[in-house]
Amino acid sequence: MIEEPFAAGNSIIHRIDPRFRVAAATFYSFTVALCYEFQPLIAALAVSMVSVLLSGVGLKKVFKRLALVNVFILLFWIVLPLTYAGNTVYSLGPVHVYPAGIVFAAKITIKSNAILMVLISFIATMTFATLGHSLSRLRIPEKLVFLLMITYRYIFVIQQEYQKIIRSIKIRGFKPKTTLHSYKTFAYVIGMLLIRASERADRVYNAMRCRGFKGKYYSLTDFQADTKSWVFVTIVSGVTLGILLMEVLFNE
Amino acid sequence: MNKNQIIIKMSGVHFSYSEESPILKDLDFEFFKGDKVGIIAPNGSGKTTLFHLIMGLLKPVSGSVEIFGRSMEAEQDFAGIRHRIGLLFQDADDQLFCPTVLEDVSFGPLNMGKSKKKAIEISKRTLDFLGLSAFENRITFKLSGGEKKLVSLATVLSMEPEVLLLDEPLTGLDIKTQTTITRVLKKMNISYIIISHNIEFLEATTSITLTMHNGKIYTDDQVHVHIHDHAHVHGNVPHKH
Repeated sequence: MIEEPFAAGNSIIHRIDPRFRVAAATFYSFTVALCYEFQPLIAALAVSMVSVLLSGVGLKKVFKRLALVNVFILLFWIVLPLTYAGNTVYSLGPVHVYPAGIVFAAKITIKSNAILMVLISFIATMTFATLGHSLSRLRIPEKLVFLLMITYRYIFVIQQEYQKIIRSIKIRGFKPKTTLHSYKTFAYVIGMLLIRASERADRVYNAMRCRGFKGKYYSLTDFQADTKSWVFVTIVSGVTLGILLMEVLFNE
Repeated sequence: MNKNQIIIKMSGVHFSYSEESPILKDLDFEFFKGDKVGIIAPNGSGKTTLFHLIMGLLKPVSGSVEIFGRSMEAEQDFAGIRHRIGLLFQDADDQLFCPTVLEDVSFGPLNMGKSKKKAIEISKRTLDFLGLSAFENRITFKLSGGEKKLVSLATVLSMEPEVLLLDEPLTGLDIKTQTTITRVLKKMNISYIIISHNIEFLEATTSITLTMHNGKIYTDDQVHVHIHDHAHVHGNVPHKH
């Protein structure tokens, strides 16, 4: 189950119009992702930390999420220093360590964490439904928004169907081994899951047609673009431009 | 019962998923305003197919379907009548696709062109009628099986249909939800067709019971479906019949 542990709350960030939060997070994330120098990246990391603190979400849960992503980033620390082009400082037989690779890995780490923290504080603080509605208000193509919402709704149903199949093979004594029988069984499981998902999609679409669906999705949410939302988006944009300026200044 | 107001008229309908084994063969069926019909028949006899043909989700191989006195052929014909006939699907997960209950219940009214305010008003009234007033902001996929079924019913009722098609509405539900559905059906002044395997439920809610066999519909007088109780003198002694 996808849980929304950060969505409930009443911090200053929770009270900002979700559309403004989505727009601000997008602008900020793209800018940070495109930065290359250490100074703006470290500044961004600091800004992101402040935004997490402002959103008042449980820090323990935030660390857990960051840890998960950083495990993945660890791979860069293993691969990049050994494969990046440039001068080597240290060689051990055929293995060369490139300092430029280490620097690059460090930059990726800072960037990812900065972006992730801002997404946690701006985006994860709204429910999935609200996110969908803000996206459609921001003129993201209806079909994409719809795809996102339907995926969110049915991922659990498909997961349940997957577990049903797995249970049914387990109770009949299936133990995964490196045998042709095991591979065949897994292929059947995947095939069955695909068929069930596609049949489910047909039935859902039929049910929607029965209720008069003509391709348009209506949203019931009303958003309030109040003063504090405008102030918020102005501050975030200002900070983002500041980071951008640092990038330009420190770029040799 | 007003025999003049015919709602569904199917004549000579053939339907098959594959050439060899037709599901419906030369089926004739008439349904009038005010009718409360139960269909009890074995699995695979074409009950759900019948509902899907009425809604235009499937098209007959041959034969004609007339609904509200109009011949139904193209998708547009059916699109025009779907809001007047509410189909409750067997699996509530097929029916509920919005994140929240209120959005799902107002989906139909919004599609019918109702304003947002009006749609919310109708939805709240429908949820209230089904005793689900506290459910508005609940997340649909986190509801229990019984709650899902009732909310599905709400999504159909909010379109204010003239006819309900209920496909095994009690399957998998606890006694409490079953009772709620029976009570709601008896309270409403609406025509409906119910597919069910539960004879007691059909006796409580419908006035005629039909059955399906060999791709055709048979009425109660041809095949009498009933329950009877016997006094059993050897009930506590193990024996064979």
